[in-house]
Amino acid sequence: MNSMVYKRKLPLAVFLIPAFAIMALFIYYPFIVNIINSFQKVGALGTGAVPVNDSGSMFFLDNWKFVFSDPTMRSAVLNTLKMMAVTVVFQVGIALLLALLVDNVRRGAQAYRTIYFFPIVISASALGLLFNMVFLYDTGMLNNILISLGIISKDTLIDWKSFDNAFFTMTLPVIWQYVGFYFVILATGLNNISADIYEAAAIDGATGFQRIRFITLPLLRNTIITCVTLALTGALKVFDLPWQMFPKGAPAGTTYLTGTYMYQQTFNVRNVGQGSAIAVVIVALGIAAAQITSLVLRPKDM
Amino acid sequence: MEKAIRRRGTRHWGQFLLHAALILWAVTTIFPFVWVLLSSFKGTTEIMSKPFALPEVLSLFNYADALERFNIPRAYMNSLILSGSVTIVVTLLATMAAYGIARYKFRYKRGVNALLIASMMFPAFSVIIPVFRIIQKLGLIDNIFGVALPQMAGNMSFAIIIMAGYIRGMSNEVEEAAFIEGCNAFQILFRVVVPIVRPAMATVAIFTFVWSYNDLFTQLFFLRNPQSWAITRLLNEFTVSQGRPNYGLMAASVVMVVAPVLVIYILLQKNIIKGMTAGAVKG
Repeated sequence: MNSMVYKRKLPLAVFLIPAFAIMALFIYYPFIVNIINSFQKVGALGTGAVPVNDSGSMFFLDNWKFVFSDPTMRSAVLNTLKMMAVTVVFQVGIALLLALLVDNVRRGAQAYRTIYFFPIVISASALGLLFNMVFLYDTGMLNNILISLGIISKDTLIDWKSFDNAFFTMTLPVIWQYVGFYFVILATGLNNISADIYEAAAIDGATGFQRIRFITLPLLRNTIITCVTLALTGALKVFDLPWQMFPKGAPAGTTYLTGTYMYQQTFNVRNVGQGSAIAVVIVALGIAAAQITSLVLRPKDM
Repeated sequence: MEKAIRRRGTRHWGQFLLHAALILWAVTTIFPFVWVLLSSFKGTTEIMSKPFALPEVLSLFNYADALERFNIPRAYMNSLILSGSVTIVVTLLATMAAYGIARYKFRYKRGVNALLIASMMFPAFSVIIPVFRIIQKLGLIDNIFGVALPQMAGNMSFAIIIMAGYIRGMSNEVEEAAFIEGCNAFQILFRVVVPIVRPAMATVAIFTFVWSYNDLFTQLFFLRNPQSWAITRLLNEFTVSQGRPNYGLMAASVVMVVAPVLVIYILLQKNIIKGMTAGAVKG
């Protein structure tokens, strides 16, 4: 790469500046403004921030007092943490199980890959509508399946959107949609483990479960860590599905996630300053999740 | 001999059980889509009375109803303009930037790479409010391009990372030869490099298109006037604006949003799967 071709740096500027100018204007600059906004008073969307300090203090902390004292915010953070835990365990868990199974089939692996991945390319708002119909009380697909299986009867229909079931109903489609994504990553990782190692283990008399426990999982460690990190940060970005299925945190504001609550505060309550503070909390949660993952499951160089 | 046969028998059973478990998940993936497609041909009463039966008549009245209530062709057109422009700009600018990052040596390269990774970590929530003000100052609220600009920024870093990885993997002998022939850097990029990296550009383009088409959050912020709604935004209205729930219409609208992506997916699924997961594994 030390050739004469790339000695002149003027073309480099022409290559880099357009792409980075767009990102600077719509990502880096607004990201900083958003942090500043969270310490200022901002009314409706599109109005400027007012650097208030009625109390004479350097910072305007009302947005942050709100974030730390509002009970709905607390439940939104709790829901988000629950969502993170559930997505890591079930998305990555189911994906790992399916990937281990697919690794042992002789035919059809590619077909499973294609089918499992499909929900990821579908708009989450379309899926929200779809799952609204799946979970309908009197005529929904799920209740009808349970009736035909004889698990429930017409008189004991399950209200999937009730207070008690709401979180389950909100989480299930989110888990379902992204299993295929982690499945493809893990299946690719499994493909890269050489067959020689398994043969050697088989000669040594290792059973199937021993092979998974002592060969597959350790060799797959870094891939699994990637998946866990992606699932954690992905759970913070969930928006369309919950918003479509449980608008405004229904029932009674109990199903807010940090993302949907931020939208609600910004757009409907019209307190943009509080929305900005919630957005900062989302970023902080993301960084914390990534850091904790890398501390707890430290990647090993094999 | 007998032992070998028995072993083969259990192996067949094993394969059967493996496929049974895998097909079970495949069914949960496909069944909801088949069900919603069937429902889109039924009226609300038929959906309620016979939820799993095939439609009695293959009727398109739900689609006719949707076409009557909303300007569906214009929504598709808006989607095409929005996602098409985002795709073209992102693919072109990301290829240029990736080429620069992959081939040139420069002082702040590490910083530039860190910026790229960082912008993939920021969720849309963390920038959208200030972006709204910028778009408003540009006079682009209710304009397709008001959605396009933030979407371009949101997809750029992913596209650059994919493209740079691909370009780094190429040998630069042809570029050297072109240089000796007297080509400048721009000619080398567009006449030598671009034809070689076309498969990676296709992956980035497909990914960007699908992501932009599906993204509801940005559209909710910037598109208020129904004239400017793209199809995904329009879909959101089917739940909120109907007085009485009309499940047939709902099913039809889901099918209308999903259909174009389904076609793209069936035609190009290898590119899509590779692109989406490659970014994840490298990032």
